[in-house]
Amino acid sequence: MPDSRRPVWWAALGGLLALALGTASVVAQSAQETAREIERYREAVADSSPGELWEARGEDLWKMPRGPRNVSLERCDLGQGPGVVAGALARLPRWFADADRVMDLETRLLHCMVTLQGLDPAVLRRQPFGNGEQRSDFEALSAWIAAQSRGMTLAPPLDHPAERAAWRLGRELFFVRGGTHDFACTTCHAQSGRRIRLQELPNLSRPEEARRVLGTWPAYRVSQGEMRTLQWRMNDCFRQQRFPDLVFGSEVSVALVSYLLHNASGAALAAPGVRR
Amino acid sequence: MRRLLARALSALQRTSARALCLVLGSVALSLVLAACVVGPPQTMPREPGDAQRVRAALSASFVARGQAGLDRLEQDLAQRLCSEAEAAGKPLSDDRVQAIERENQALIRWPAAGTPLLGDWRSGERIAQSGVGRQWSDAPDVPAGGNCYACHQLSPDEFSYGTLGPSLLRYAVLRAQMPRTELERYTYGRIYNPQAWLACSNMPRFGSHGILTQDQIRDLVALLLAPDSPINR
Ligand code: HEC
Ligand code: HEC
Repeated sequence: MPDSRRPVWWAALGGLLALALGTASVVAQSAQETAREIERYREAVADSSPGELWEARGEDLWKMPRGPRNVSLERCDLGQGPGVVAGALARLPRWFADADRVMDLETRLLHCMVTLQGLDPAVLRRQPFGNGEQRSDFEALSAWIAAQSRGMTLAPPLDHPAERAAWRLGRELFFVRGGTHDFACTTCHAQSGRRIRLQELPNLSRPEEARRVLGTWPAYRVSQGEMRTLQWRMNDCFRQQRFPDLVFGSEVSVALVSYLLHNASGAALAAPGVRR
Repeated sequence: MRRLLARALSALQRTSARALCLVLGSVALSLVLAACVVGPPQTMPREPGDAQRVRAALSASFVARGQAGLDRLEQDLAQRLCSEAEAAGKPLSDDRVQAIERENQALIRWPAAGTPLLGDWRSGERIAQSGVGRQWSDAPDVPAGGNCYACHQLSPDEFSYGTLGPSLLRYAVLRAQMPRTELERYTYGRIYNPQAWLACSNMPRFGSHGILTQDQIRDLVALLLAPDSPINR
């Protein structure tokens, strides 16, 4: 069961213990294999990470005049002031006065594309995730923007009441069982050292484990050959949960991302990372 | 020292912790930084209305797609009570446990009298392997699988198994002391609706939620109980 209200020190201790036990088990063998595979992959692409393709395209998309207003995104305020990209990811999600809501990176990009460039939000929402030839601007932009925060410490703000409310809503949502299979996020992500088939499941309510994985999002997904964002991850975990289709940038998606990224607060940012 | 640290920590939790952490961190106070890293929001208390906001947020954030309609966001008794108890971090009261188990017991449908509860274990193995079904990306008319290997070890030949549920290796052998008919009925019912035995089980209610048919569940019972099934060999 999740331990979100136990004292932090116990959580930390428990996390270490569970980690130690986890690695001791047979389970670790297959997990190690997967890890080795990814490592081999990383080595193979060390000089030309495929993520760089998305980063390069993201930089172009940021600087290129587009949309009915024919302007670039260079005046988009990601929270650090118009056009400031360095360090932006480390301080997201956050509340934005101009929209009066909490936004994560992708939701903010959507907002800028609509308000600055005059693009149609309905059309943008139709292609949020890339699929081979059909590329997603969000994935490219997120990859490039994330790379500009590499090495920084994840520290999303919690000062505004809306930021605190988003985190609390995310925590509630994390427990919501539903659908044909009775799944909630907690079914798969509230215990340490468990797996589905051979895929390791991080306990995302535990800061140690949240930090280990969330600082590497967005991540290049080897099995799909795509750059994936946290919005995609939320959508796909809800699909596995047999829920309906999660709307890109919706309140639920941003609340869960807030919950996860705050739990991971203090993580060293190393995005874009690599996933199975 | 420890008390000092604890006090510093809770002070940090109350104030704007992160900003402070950044400043202090840059002065390289590694101890204090460690305290920051353990992180405040885990202890933010629940506020009245939080649970209510969930319903509104859910209905504003999903669209129906493929076979997954918005009705999937409606919670039944077990889903609602289990989510609430887990979010509150409190165990369910005995009354509620009984209410859930009673309701789910009543949802179990048994095969017609005379139909053996054991079907074909080979078909059961295929159902246990298949993770297809009920996602918006799945074709609605293709029969769903049980994906038992996602959570359980079953056949010793399959190394790719998950650990959310207990190992079912040697399932029948380990329950040899249980009267056979009782074991068969228990196993069928346990797959049909786990919450008839254990409120808030993390295992899906395969029969009651229309994921698997009675015949598919009989095949799975055979996989678990047949003497020549790889599980018991
Ligand atoms: C049925 C099980 C299941 C449920 C329910 C589920 N997930 Fe996942 N989740 C997975 C699996 C499996 C992976 C790892 C996939 C992989 O290896 O690529 C994963 C990965 C993740 C990751 C990325 C972890 C990493 O390695 O970086 C996040 C974040 C996440 N899930 C969040 C959630 C949230 C939030 C929910 C609830 C809305 C949820 N998941 C519900 C199975 C699940
Ligand atoms: C999402 C994970 C999950 C899936 C998928 C799943 N189970 Fe389970 N199962 C569990 C958990 C957790 C338990 C332990 C809690 C309980 O007893 O309900 C369990 C318990 C059981 C038990 C009771 C064991 C005992 O000692 O009495 C049986 C039998 C069982 N599962 C069979 C199956 C079969 C057959 C399938 C495939 C149709 C399946 N399970 C799919 C999670 C799962």
